[in-house]
Amino acid sequence: MSQTRRILAAHAGRDSLTPGEFIEIPVDLVLANDITAPLAIEEFGKLGAGGVFDRDKVVLVLDHFTPNRDIASADQCAYVRRFALEQKISHFYDGGEVGIEHVLLPEEGLIAPGMVVIGADSHTCTYGALGCFSTGMGSTDVAAAMATGKTWLRVPDAILVKLTGRPHRWVGGKDLIINLIGILGVDGATYASLEFDGPGVENVSVEGRLTAANMVIEAGAKNGIFPVDAAAVEFLRGVGVTASESGIEPDEHGYLRQIDIDLSTMEPQVALPSLPSNAVAVGEAPHVKLDQVVIGSCTNGRLEDMRLAAQVLKGNKAAPGVRLIIIPGSPRVYRSAMAEGLFEIFLDAGAVISPPTCGPCLGGHMGVLAAGERAISTTNRNFVGRMGSRTSEVYLSNPAVAAASAVTGTITDPGEIV
Amino acid sequence: MMAAREILQGTAHKFGDHVNTDMIIPATHLVSNDPAVLGRNLMAGQDPGFASRVVEGDIIVGGENFGSGSSREHAPLAIKGGGISAVIAASFARIFYRNALNVGLPLIESPEASAAISDGDRVVVDLGSGRIEDVTTGKIFDVPPYPEFMQRIMDAGGLIEYVKNKP
Ligand code: SF4
Repeated sequence: MSQTRRILAAHAGRDSLTPGEFIEIPVDLVLANDITAPLAIEEFGKLGAGGVFDRDKVVLVLDHFTPNRDIASADQCAYVRRFALEQKISHFYDGGEVGIEHVLLPEEGLIAPGMVVIGADSHTCTYGALGCFSTGMGSTDVAAAMATGKTWLRVPDAILVKLTGRPHRWVGGKDLIINLIGILGVDGATYASLEFDGPGVENVSVEGRLTAANMVIEAGAKNGIFPVDAAAVEFLRGVGVTASESGIEPDEHGYLRQIDIDLSTMEPQVALPSLPSNAVAVGEAPHVKLDQVVIGSCTNGRLEDMRLAAQVLKGNKAAPGVRLIIIPGSPRVYRSAMAEGLFEIFLDAGAVISPPTCGPCLGGHMGVLAAGERAISTTNRNFVGRMGSRTSEVYLSNPAVAAASAVTGTITDPGEIV
Repeated sequence: MMAAREILQGTAHKFGDHVNTDMIIPATHLVSNDPAVLGRNLMAGQDPGFASRVVEGDIIVGGENFGSGSSREHAPLAIKGGGISAVIAASFARIFYRNALNVGLPLIESPEASAAISDGDRVVVDLGSGRIEDVTTGKIFDVPPYPEFMQRIMDAGGLIEYVKNKP
């Protein structure tokens, strides 16, 4: 069985599972945010269940349109806040405790290997980086899970992604995943698990794995999963979770497909508008004039990302006409970046430092684009209109490329700056 | 919720591959759960005039990977609220498919129908007998049945009813 099916089988109380079968299993954590929770709470009410199945296993994060963007989003947050207080939800994040959910949950020690996590957010797949099964669903599915502690799933087939080699300085998890989505296409992994393995895994930082797992949905995958190696165990220990190493055992039924990726020959990747699968090496990206650079999001809003951006920005300034927006992904990232002196570097570079929020990633607030504007962004989607106007364009990259591009005003390899 | 035996008919509105949820309902509008309110901005990310051209009962015909992107259930709600009675596509994205099932929006996966139906064709979908007819061209397509487990959820009237009535 694939690693994913092993976790699902353990939850189903079965020895084995066959791809394509339907199962109903208990969940270990259920997540929703200020956009998806209101609808989930409404549906939850229709169930007449009264209380949530376990107030310690429901996580509500007000991260998308916060600090409240307008009256309508303020009303939505107020509605979720009332529910969280009524239900005495232990993991409710509001005000100064808000981080972007997928940066926040692993940091808060809420994720452990072997868990089944579902969330009313498509990037819930992020947590597979720590060896669990996690996937996104809609509000009604999450409502049912909040009430019953269970969900139904179609058992997925698996695609093996075998990593080898050590990436060079400016290449990491983001480049790996953009490259992979370029190979698979935006629906190349629909209904399947992406299982990452091979000797190259240890050359990708745990934060980089979170970045890579975050974007498996952009290839249509149900989930992504990494082995739990010494680095992952160490990461987990740092957030108070005790875990032991566990590998990805080969699937005796075979994989749908195997993709081999050599990290040592990879250049930083850029996804051109308007699909994440439009992957090119940074050197092949067109020299367009940029209006905005965004460094943040659930994909690249972690401390390592802030450090990478700072390495490139140190002693440099954003080019005239380029608005540089940096969004530390959580209160912890924010505080650490400040303590390490990164804010100094960002401010000297002319950056705006935003509180942790999704903000411009989904064209919400804090930096939406005007008609015809172009941005390079460390976020995960470059769909038409994703960051604002329908005629604006978004290029996706890692934080070092985004920072270098801020300095020159056009898409730039960080090697040219540092 | 999902009307299993209903006959749906309307004009086809054709879209391409990879219609994503940001096209169906841009995130900036996700401050309501009311299908009618969401429906006013249906497809605003692709074609802001679209919502006003839809006549109640019309059918969206998409290509591959319809509904990709975010998990927002507001997408199928906006389609329903905008007056669309069903979506026919060559294939659907996973989360969208589940969400549509949960809100009672009929989805029909048919690469043949998706390719053959043209924008503006008159289309009749008979969910009971499992048939799509393009009245304009006279072509007929079979509708594959839903997997049995999903059919049970539909027969119960959606996930909420299914969960409520489970022993
Ligand atoms: S940062 Fe962007 S992709 Fe991530 S949860 Fe927020 S809106 Fe979604």
